[in-house]
Amino acid sequence: MTYLPVPTVVRTAEQLLSLRGISKRFGAVHVLNAVDLDVYPGEVVAIVGDNGAGKSTLVKILAGVHPQDEGTIAFSGGITAIASPTDARDLGIATVFQDLALCDNLDVVSNLWLGRELRKGGGLDEVEMEQRSWTLLRELSARIPSVRVPVASLSGGQRQTVAIARSLIGDPSVVILDEPTAALGVAQTAEVLNLIERLRERGLGVILVSHNIADVQAVADRIVVLRLGRNNGEFRVADVTSEMIIAAITGASDNSVTRRASKDAEVVQLRRDARS
Amino acid sequence: MTSAEPQDDRLAPAGARRAITGMVTRIRGGDLGSLPVIVGLVLICGIFQVLNPTFLSSTNLVNLTMQCAAVGTLAIGIVLVLLLGEIDLSVGAVSGLSSAILAVGYVQLGLPMPIVILGSLVTGALIGLLFGVLRTRFGVPSFVITLAGLLGFLGLQLFVLGKTGSINIPFDSLLVQFGQQWFLPAWASYSLVGLSAASYFVGEFTRARRRTDAGLTSTPVAVIVARTAAILVVLESAAWYLNLTRGVGAMFAVFLLLVVVVHMFLTRTAWGRSVFAVGGNVEAARRAGIRVDRVYISVFVLCSTFAALGGLFAAARLAAANQGSGGADTNLTAIAAAVIGGTSLFGGRGSAFSAVLGILVIMSITSGLTLLNLDSSVRYMITGLVLLLAVIIDSLSRRSRAASGRA
Repeated sequence: MTYLPVPTVVRTAEQLLSLRGISKRFGAVHVLNAVDLDVYPGEVVAIVGDNGAGKSTLVKILAGVHPQDEGTIAFSGGITAIASPTDARDLGIATVFQDLALCDNLDVVSNLWLGRELRKGGGLDEVEMEQRSWTLLRELSARIPSVRVPVASLSGGQRQTVAIARSLIGDPSVVILDEPTAALGVAQTAEVLNLIERLRERGLGVILVSHNIADVQAVADRIVVLRLGRNNGEFRVADVTSEMIIAAITGASDNSVTRRASKDAEVVQLRRDARS
Repeated sequence: MTSAEPQDDRLAPAGARRAITGMVTRIRGGDLGSLPVIVGLVLICGIFQVLNPTFLSSTNLVNLTMQCAAVGTLAIGIVLVLLLGEIDLSVGAVSGLSSAILAVGYVQLGLPMPIVILGSLVTGALIGLLFGVLRTRFGVPSFVITLAGLLGFLGLQLFVLGKTGSINIPFDSLLVQFGQQWFLPAWASYSLVGLSAASYFVGEFTRARRRTDAGLTSTPVAVIVARTAAILVVLESAAWYLNLTRGVGAMFAVFLLLVVVVHMFLTRTAWGRSVFAVGGNVEAARRAGIRVDRVYISVFVLCSTFAALGGLFAAARLAAANQGSGGADTNLTAIAAAVIGGTSLFGGRGSAFSAVLGILVIMSITSGLTLLNLDSSVRYMITGLVLLLAVIIDSLSRRSRAASGRA
């Protein structure tokens, strides 16, 4: 049994990204089974689910790490295939992985532009890169003391900020954040949540993968629950309590406890029938 | 904290004072750069000068610089592989092979010199390509690949030399002239130094102006002037001192030029940036879209090519190639030089200049001990100690970087 989906929300904008019937198998294991997902511009969609629900696999499919076995991905209306990380990047899907993938020995500017440095003549255009880095960080109201310090000297929240800012360098339309607050303290989490709101204000579609229900409720517009590789409900944050989300994540409505309860009811019924 | 905070980099005290406080903070944080090796070099020179007053004589220093060029060139390649967090143990064998190809091709087969030189360098490049492909295709650690290369190419060197064992290169050949007899005329050495200082100044000044125009922090002009003056004074007086006797060797000048060129490529190009990125975090580099395999292969090719070039320099200096060319401690001296010069063994940190500084330290020790009539037993032990010290400094500075969050 699944939760009733939210009544279809009236949309003014077209979907940016639309997944239909996505399935993925690893050997005999069905990691994803006919999963649907829509992302609209200027919206934060949270994907929540227990361990093994298939969140990371879904993210990896979108990031081009491995393609889906079945199902279609439509991006800005057209059906596309995402076969490699480069494909994802070229489409405008940027992913910030949980481990951030920053080079600790390089400074903030180098990390932001890594792999797509601006050139001038035969060399690097450091001035332009640094200037644009400042502009970007300022737009995000990011608190980075200096862009010329090695990333290793930054705090966890600042590193997360750098990783998110880096995802914006290629001017993407969808940003995927994989557990962005998992390793952060209270203040830093708040900072990152502010940052996510700013991404939404820029009109980006944001996919937020998280374990943390409080964070999800704080910033997300819509919550998509995955359970054992299937869609297990979709909620608008305004309509939902954390208990309902947790129930959907754990499948509290369909588990050994409820099944036992219904079995008991049947037994009682049988006895009644026998007596009458 | 306000949103205006990103600029607080720029709110720091301006001018020369900031440059100095910035340097102190960096050093305290464990970002030592070339400081330990320069201090070490001064100490070593001081000690040997006290023990034997001929150590700092112009004649001895000219000899010392001439000895640096060959192994120093090997060390440039080692710096590159160390920056990736890899190692190349075969540079000695490759340089020996290159000497052998030169001698056999030029003396025994009578081929023209340019062809032979080209042949040696291409052999080096192909060896590097082989290492790079093995490293990236099969993921075998470079330690093992190049150890196999060390044995294999040592064998190839002996095979190329054949029964002769040792081949003398005619003294009047251009290469030997270049390695032994050619020195920059005094005026040329002074103007070269002047030219480098001038281009340093112009480069830094235009950079600072562009940054100021763009509203970014820039090095104050006073600091640039001071640095240029320092470079000018130090290098001109060094040139002057060497010019008291034979002067600056052409081979040493070429070595320095190579170091500067490699430094430029490492710091000013996207390729250099990707070398540091791969050395810092391979996975991050790969996800950033850097073709990691190409970076590995390019660096191994460069390293082996520098090794081959070093072999040519060694043959030029010795006017011979023999079974011992590139053997014995050549390998380890080159690796030690890169590490002593301040390039980290852990990858992602270092500079092309560490090849110069490191080889100067090692050759100073060698030369000083020779002057004291101590044989190679003592030299090996002392060089070993210095290397150990350098690695300890590297590890300690890494730890203190981690402690102050600059890892």
